[in-house]
Amino acid sequence: MSGNYRGVFVDGLWRNNVVFAQMLALCPLMAVTTTATNGLGMGLATTGVLLTSNVVIASCRDLISQEVRIPVFVLLIAALVSLADMAINAWLHELYKVLGLFIPLIVVNCSVLGRAEVFASKRAVLASAVDGLAMGLGYTLALILIGGCREILGSATLFAHASLLLGDGFAFLETTLIPQYKGFLLMLLPPGGFLVLGFLLAGKRATERRWERRAAGRSKAVTRAQQSPSAV
Amino acid sequence: MRDYLFILLGTALVNNVVLVRFLGLCPFMGVSNKVDSAMGMGLATTFVLTLAVSICWLLERYVLMPLDIQFLRILAFILVIAALVQFTEMFIRKASPMLYQVLGIYLPLITTNCAVFGMALLNIQQPHSLLESLLFGFGSALGFTLVLVLFAGLRERLALANVPEAFAGAPIGFIAAGLLSLAFMGFVGLPTR
Repeated sequence: MSGNYRGVFVDGLWRNNVVFAQMLALCPLMAVTTTATNGLGMGLATTGVLLTSNVVIASCRDLISQEVRIPVFVLLIAALVSLADMAINAWLHELYKVLGLFIPLIVVNCSVLGRAEVFASKRAVLASAVDGLAMGLGYTLALILIGGCREILGSATLFAHASLLLGDGFAFLETTLIPQYKGFLLMLLPPGGFLVLGFLLAGKRATERRWERRAAGRSKAVTRAQQSPSAV
Repeated sequence: MRDYLFILLGTALVNNVVLVRFLGLCPFMGVSNKVDSAMGMGLATTFVLTLAVSICWLLERYVLMPLDIQFLRILAFILVIAALVQFTEMFIRKASPMLYQVLGIYLPLITTNCAVFGMALLNIQQPHSLLESLLFGFGSALGFTLVLVLFAGLRERLALANVPEAFAGAPIGFIAAGLLSLAFMGFVGLPTR
């Protein structure tokens, strides 16, 4: 069973990653990732909604009839997002001001409804919770990665204003890589988001191809080793 | 009159929904393989977006605000949009089966288009009248359609181009979108009011 959960995590973080494999939930991804801090905040909010929506939907999956399931899912998710919206507004108001529109937009984040439909409506509560967590963490990872790339290239800092936006506990993340950096505005403007995602996707694909080639090379060597004694 | 023109221009070109506000990227990447389907998606979205923005404005002004229940906004708006998409689908099927055939699967997809929901939310944050809301929705939908069709044209050419193996398909699509977005940054100089 633990191996099964490991598979779920590998799925969420790499193989079936929301952004790099499914290419869903792109709008918040591009819009908020001008810094890694914003990415982290958005990722954690989405993870919270994904986790709770998976748990809620998995626990009442027997009560929802097949015909009306999509509207019911959408309403459940909308209620959870309303809660998240109010909670962030109350406790993390600075973050709320930065993310703004994109917190209510978690409702139409296709990955949340997608996981509800594909996973939570068919599985047990615990498995759905793990799946929601894994998918959310994968999404957070993608947000931080893209936010980090854009922030480093654009202003040579990493996790700037983390203590201001997420609370004092996150102050240790703030780093400045190059003091008095002139700045590369393009990366912080909208085009930068598209360009960084394009290059990261190509990078992921090239890495996977290299792994495949290495695995193929190894299996070829093994078969040769197995065949050679019989040939002799 | 000038104000109305500026709202239209501002939403369609300067603050383009897809390339500047980053809303509606999923259909932008998903249904931009062919110019025909991009056109169909654009038309259907134009219809729903314009109506949704106006109806959400009415709902906010005459129901949510007088009753002081604005915390239900997310729920109310998503219901309106889902119902609107459903009615549009039924109406088009009855009124023009031809158009229904053309739009087909794109209609239900509009519910999860964050451009519709996002523009409805953005619209009520501004002091717009009903007519201005209508134009705000229509202008942004025009911008969406324009960019979708332009990008579909680019991708039809890209499909024939010889790109490095790792970049083929989606990655080169994103880079092309980045360049298109860079071109749209040029509209920033246009006056919006």
